[in-house]
This record gives sequence, structure tokens and C-alpha cells, in this order.
Amino acid sequence: MKKEAVTTLLEVSDLSITFTQYISGLRQRTIRAIINLSVNINHGEVLAIVGASGSGKSLLAHAILGILPGNACVDGKMVYAGELLTPARQAALRGREIALIPQSVNFLDPLMRVGAQVRSGIFNGNSTALQREIFDRYHLAVGTEQLFPFQLSGGMARRVLVATAAVGSARLIIADEPTPGLHPMIVRETLAHLRELSATGSAVMLITHDISAALETADRIAVFYAGTTVETAPASDFCGDGELLRHPYSKALWQALPQNGFQPIDGSQPSIDNLPCGCLFAPRCSLASRDCLTTVPELRSLRGGETRCHHAA
Amino acid sequence: MLLFLLGRILRLLTLLVAVSVLSFLLLELSPIDPVRAYVGADMLKVGPEQWAKIAEYWGLDQPLPERFARWGMAILRGDFGVSMIFRRPVLAVIGERFLASLALMLTAWVFSGVFGFALGVLAGMKQGTWTDRLIKWYCLTLASTPLFWLALLMLLTFAVWLSWFPIGLGVPAGVPTYEVTLSDRLYHLLLPALTLSITGVAGVALHTRQKLVEVLQSDYVLFARARGESGLQVLLRHGLRNIALPVTTLQFASFSELFGGSILAEQVFSYPGLGQAAVQAGLRGDVPLLLGVVAFSALFVFAGNLAAELLYWLIDPRLRPKGDACEQR
Ligand code: SF4
Repeated sequence: MKKEAVTTLLEVSDLSITFTQYISGLRQRTIRAIINLSVNINHGEVLAIVGASGSGKSLLAHAILGILPGNACVDGKMVYAGELLTPARQAALRGREIALIPQSVNFLDPLMRVGAQVRSGIFNGNSTALQREIFDRYHLAVGTEQLFPFQLSGGMARRVLVATAAVGSARLIIADEPTPGLHPMIVRETLAHLRELSATGSAVMLITHDISAALETADRIAVFYAGTTVETAPASDFCGDGELLRHPYSKALWQALPQNGFQPIDGSQPSIDNLPCGCLFAPRCSLASRDCLTTVPELRSLRGGETRCHHAA
Repeated sequence: MLLFLLGRILRLLTLLVAVSVLSFLLLELSPIDPVRAYVGADMLKVGPEQWAKIAEYWGLDQPLPERFARWGMAILRGDFGVSMIFRRPVLAVIGERFLASLALMLTAWVFSGVFGFALGVLAGMKQGTWTDRLIKWYCLTLASTPLFWLALLMLLTFAVWLSWFPIGLGVPAGVPTYEVTLSDRLYHLLLPALTLSITGVAGVALHTRQKLVEVLQSDYVLFARARGESGLQVLLRHGLRNIALPVTTLQFASFSELFGGSILAEQVFSYPGLGQAAVQAGLRGDVPLLLGVVAFSALFVFAGNLAAELLYWLIDPRLRPKGDACEQR
């Protein structure tokens, strides 16, 4: 694998996303979906963001692309290629430098032929030729471009979705849960495509709930819990009993895998309406002390990774 | 496809039978006396014997099922009978009146379709802003305004008060038919058509807005934006494409409301259309004409619904037989 000197492409620091909702008339409430999240991604690397389904990981992707709904309020700082990522810059980069691989074929216009949809992501050059070339690269038969999304098989749909991102020369590709409930063969193929993309120098952010898929593909793994990242670690730290891991939640995730003894953690993620005031993991943590219940642990660097835990060593 | 058409034809036939049986029964139960309708103003000159003779002549002394059977058989032969108040064959009356109504309804239909669509798209694109709220308020107000009242208001304002339009009728009064020009007809058509379309606009706009808002919140629009498409591009590439079908379908399916509205509008503007004929037939007990109009309007509404369904069949690729898109190449 070709590795450039490790330089950061995107740095997200202290990102918070809150939503304002109107409940009955003019009474409104705010929901904090992402809280002080910090993560960075380097050129040519695959970073996996792993967390339970429905924990708001997709919002991170939408925030980076600047396509959150209008009632969302974003706080924090994002720096892309050394420059602050403002809404105007996001609009200029979307689809050109930063591309999204969505979850399912439902993200394609149901009434538009897939070839045309892939072509609409091409901004310079002969779009038809480029689209045919990419379809060929992903072993999509010539006739595929004339199909409508509902006519695609599971595997074809996956390749078309990857093609939409690969056809431009995006430097950052965000794959949002790209392998939901798919046949293992298709999962492996899709993950291989993501690796390929990173080998050509793109940074790939893989957002998934599937730790095995993440471990198979990623260089580094960020563990997402209750709206924030609790640990970032090299994929190689996920081994043995998880003794190299820094955060109790990462360890628990690792130990819950079938090959590691299948020990599930008790309890569930705190609901966003009712977050604990100290460490977000405290209600489920066996190491929790008094400190943990009152003060939020800061993100700190530890042994080549980062973690948010008072007692990590 | 063939099966589909056969099914629709069967459905139409049962619909027509049901509608005619029902209206026949309703007329039987109503206080309308067809003989009186026929005799009209000559009532005082007609003695009881003559009365009975007329009833016998029209077959009105027979029991109900027999009369219905006779009427049904005649219809099957294409004979709708003779209108009692116009003293002309029902089909001829309907044909002539329908043309006038069609001009009225078509103008209103196109007008409300185009303006409603434009307003709906504007509101949907600007969802949540003042433009949107203004359009919604306007539409909701109009949609809850009785057409009859609105028609009177229009008549008072534009015909009586401002004298921009004639007060009623389909052609200028006192001018021989052969001298009536097309512009005369249009001039008389405009105000009723405008009135009829105003409430139509509200419905179309609200529906269009609703559909567009749904589309704009869909996953595929989110992904289109992620691919760098701007708001206008999203509207042109995905918005219009995805709302066109439901909106045109609704437009065709709205024939029944259009027809109902035209009855009221024609009444207020004394516009000589089918709706007005229906009202006259009802009020004056012209049974053959009324039955004819009822059957005909059922056919008309059915045609609109069928057109809507066929559109879906023809346009939506998801309903086309699988694989045809592969075969195209
Ligand atoms: S800060 Fe305390 S409660 Fe939170 S994960 Fe660490 S040990 Fe557990």
C-alpha cells in the first residue's frame, strides 16, 4: 500500500450538533445529537467510526458535507486540507473533493437511470466516457447504466453506489454504513473497494456498526458512544483480551464479539434527552468512581491513540 | 395490460349499471311527476283522462322494474329517449351542452393545473418561509370558500361592479347564433372558468407543495446534495421528475370535483352547460335527461380516473414489466 507522509486531511474538533424541535405549538426543545466529538483522518488511510446503530453516527457525515437539515445547529471546528471548512467551502467541495457512499439504493432517485445519476457527479471531462470507464472497473455490464435503481440486484447496487463516489477524484470518501445486512460476499467485495480507494490516496471514513468489518478494513478505529468518540486506536490494538484498548466501552465492545467470548455489556446507551452529567459511560462502567459521575473526562492522548476516560492508563 | 383494460371495462359497466339503478330508484322515490314536467304550463288545459293517456304513452303506468328494463334496453340500443323540457333527443342535448361545459372545464382545468403547480413548487422550495406561509394561507382560505359564494362574489365584482365581463350566458343575448364569434364565446367563458379554477388552484398547489416537501426530505435528495447539486439542480433533476406523476394523476382524478364545481358555476353565471341542464332537469322533473346526464357524468369521471391510472402505467418505470430497460440496449 502506498503511504504518503502521514498528514492530516480533515480534523474535526469539539463538534456538537443540536436540533431544535417544536413540540406542541411554540414550545421547543433542543436535542443534543453529537457532543464535543473530535476525530481526524489522514491522507490515504481508512478510519472506521464504530458505534451502535442509531447512535447518530450518520450525522457526523452530514455535518462534514454540510447537508444537515435546517433545524440543526453546528458548533465546533472542522479543518479540511489546512483550511477552515465553512458552509461555502463545503458547498464547493461536496461531490468534488468530499464524496459520500450512502447506505442503500434508496439514496438513488427512483425515477432516474443509474448511469445518469453517476454522471451527475462528474464535473469535468467527458462524463459518459468516465461513467462507462468506472462501470467497467466495477464489473457493471454495459446495459447497467440504462437501469433504474429498483432493477439493480444487491451486489450491483452496492457497486453503483461505490461508483458514484469513485467516479470523481474525491480526496475524502465517507462511506456511511455501506454494508447493511448484506451477503458476506458482497460485504467483502465492498470493503475491498474501499481499501482500493484508500490505496489510490483517498482518505476513507467508514462509518459502521460492524466491528468485524471495521477491523478487516481500517487502519484506525474511532469508537463512538452516545454522541461522541470515546477512543481512537490503531486497528492492531483490537487483539487478545483487549488489554491494549484504552476505554472500558471499547473493551466491552471487543469482548462482546462472538470470537472473544460473547460477553455482552449490561444496560443500553443513555437516551439523548437524559444524559448523565459526568462520563457518558459511567452508568454502565464497572470502573466508575465518584469523579466519573461528576466531571466529564477530557479527550487525551495515550499510547498512540486518544481516549476519554479518567482511569485509562 | 390487456387484463388491466378488461378489468377496467368490467368495472365501468358495473359502475354504470349501479349508477343508473340508483338514480332510477331515487327518482322514483322523489316527488317528481314526469307527466307534470311534460305538460308544463298547459296544466290547466289537461284533464285527468288526458293525464292518464300521457302516462300510458310514456309507459309510466307500468311497474318500476319493467320501466327500468325498458329504459335499459333502449339505452343499449343507443336511445336515451327524449328530453321532456327541451323536446329533443337526450343525446343531442347532452352533446351540445357537454361541448360548452367541456370548454369551461378544460380552461379551468389547465389554468388551475398550471398555476397550482407553479405556486405549489414555489411554496415547497421555500418551505417554512414567509412565501410558503402566504401561499398556504391563501390556498387554505380558498379551499374552504364555498364555490357558490365565490362565484357570486366574482360575478358582483367583475361583471356587475367593474363591468369587465358579461353577467351571464354563453353567448351575447339577442344575437343570432351564426353571428356569434369565437371571441364572444371566450369572453363569456372567461369569468366562469376563472372562478371554477380558483378553488382548483388551491387544491393543486397544496398537493404539489406536499409532494415536493416529501421529495426534498427523501434520502435521494440528501444524496444528490451530497454529490454537490445545488437547490435548483435538485429541483430540476429530482424534484419535478418525482412530483410530476402524483400531481398529474391527481389532476386527472379531479374530474369529479371539476364536474361538481361546474354545476355550481354554470348555475350562478347562467352558463348553458351540462351542469345547468342537470339542475333544470332535476328541478323540472325531466327524468330521461337527468338519467342521461347522470350516466354521462359517471362516464366522464371514470375516464379521468382511467387516464390517471394509464399515466402511471406508461410513465413509472417501476410499474413497467421487469427487464424492459435491459432489453433496450
Ligand atoms: S471515565 Fe470513569 S466511568 Fe467513564 S469510562 Fe472511564 S472509568 Fe468508566
